[in-house]
Amino acid sequence: MFLPVAIAVLFSFNGGRSRSVWQGFSLRWWTGEPNASLLHDETLHSALRNSLVLALLTMLVAAPIGITLAIGLARWRSRMASGANWLMLVPLVTPEIVMGASLLLVFTNLYTGIPLGRPAQLLGHVTFSISYVVVVARGRLLSIGRDYEEAARDLGASQFQAIRLVLLPLLAPAIFAGFVIVFAMSIDDFVISAFLSSGAGSETVPVRIYSAVRTSSTPALNALASFLVASTLVALALGATVMSWFRRRRGTKESALADLTSVGI
Amino acid sequence: MTGAPTSVTTSDGSRRRGDRGTLWGLFALPGTVWLLVLFVVPFYALVCVAFGDIDPVFRNAVPAWNPLDWSFGTAGEVLGEIFGGSLRKVFLRTISYVVCAVVLSFFVGYPVAYYLARHAGRWRGLLLALMVLPFWVNYLMRMLAWVNLLQVDGWVTRAFSVFGVQVNWLDGQPITVVLGLVYGYVPFLVLPLYAALERLDGRLLEAARDLGAGPGRTFRLVTIPLSRPGMLGAGVIIALPMFGDYYTNDMLSRSPATEMVGNQVDFYLNATTQPQKGAVLVLVLSALLVVLMSYYLVSTMRIQREIRA
Repeated sequence: MFLPVAIAVLFSFNGGRSRSVWQGFSLRWWTGEPNASLLHDETLHSALRNSLVLALLTMLVAAPIGITLAIGLARWRSRMASGANWLMLVPLVTPEIVMGASLLLVFTNLYTGIPLGRPAQLLGHVTFSISYVVVVARGRLLSIGRDYEEAARDLGASQFQAIRLVLLPLLAPAIFAGFVIVFAMSIDDFVISAFLSSGAGSETVPVRIYSAVRTSSTPALNALASFLVASTLVALALGATVMSWFRRRRGTKESALADLTSVGI
Repeated sequence: MTGAPTSVTTSDGSRRRGDRGTLWGLFALPGTVWLLVLFVVPFYALVCVAFGDIDPVFRNAVPAWNPLDWSFGTAGEVLGEIFGGSLRKVFLRTISYVVCAVVLSFFVGYPVAYYLARHAGRWRGLLLALMVLPFWVNYLMRMLAWVNLLQVDGWVTRAFSVFGVQVNWLDGQPITVVLGLVYGYVPFLVLPLYAALERLDGRLLEAARDLGAGPGRTFRLVTIPLSRPGMLGAGVIIALPMFGDYYTNDMLSRSPATEMVGNQVDFYLNATTQPQKGAVLVLVLSALLVVLMSYYLVSTMRIQREIRA
């Protein structure tokens, strides 16, 4: 399963120009080559910058919105609440191409004040990320239950204080997991970024790989892709470590894996 | 006591604070508004472009915002092409690719999920992490890896030529696209399948054994039927994105002989100035998938309700 990817990563260190004929180990495509290496090639650079900036911004916007939505949905009891719940679930089952197409059309025909490229991409990324944050936070919310807040209320706290001082700290691992997951999904996203891009200036790494895979033939592409994968994995590893640190402090027994894998369920 | 909220103790001792509906509604407000503005409205825009007009001078779409202004001319055209014309092959091909890919993915993914769910024991955490990992490796990176291997001078091609078989994998070969889809989406299958299989009641399997069934029969007559809802759910999870996939085909085989519906949509919306046709295609695709989507939504809600209870 990992073998093809491992081979691709390996080839990013290839000494020669080919992506399939091994010609010795070298850092040429990462730092050495004056024009085409990852460190120097401006197009690769801008793609990387776009991906990282987009992922960070998306994370900062989507996670708070998603968490508040999760809290609201978990506690709200009304007919409108179940409607909102359905609304939250639909993006999860919508194929990306449908979302990409509709977003492209809406930005070119209705919300024309918002330019294509990074602004549109940011809005698109946040839109599909919100539902994932809700899913991740929801399990944790259910297991926390209302008892702690009610205890706080009994002891004199106002509703807001109860939320701020009791619920949010308890929710912290899920909030953090939400941040990490949004970052990773945004960095990996292809379809929405491609549909909403405004040309070469707003390409993200996946879009760059896509357009270059059959034309450009230097292993710098492998290097770019490897860097992307590495940053995703680093973000996840960081997330998992911080979360197990949280757990150890709190003494709960659930595995840190549970939050990260709950996205797939 | 000053400042303490009043509470009502009901007969079973639990306290109810009178659900402050408005407060929680306010919490849900930003997210809901966002989704309305950036998910529902865009879909409506899609519909309006599909049923709208084309500006004759600039050749871009003029959406018809008022449902009364909708015109179904282009839609009719596209539907005609789907059922009788050039698009028919594309649709049939897409359906067959997706079905093959899903079936193959099950052959690969079910044993893995089954092993994880029922036998892994001590190693379960580690294996689960390993299983989740491809999910987080960029899809395009995984395809890039295969492109490298399947190129004319790639390792797989060279390995095959050792046996005297000369195949140009990356040039319009359906099998490459299908296998690419399988490789791409199997990780998305294993996780939900694992979750469903884990929920299976082991005692039922033991009971079958106690009643004298061997492992083969137990598997066939008990495990498979019990895991069917889980299999359906997981199958839908990967079938949905597969139907909209276009990049796998584009990366692994740039030939019109293996084009999928997604490629057509991409073509109309991004490469030409016929957004109307693209919009109609997307609508048709959504209509086809709505059955799958609702099935999945309904079963998810049911599971959620079960968990809450």
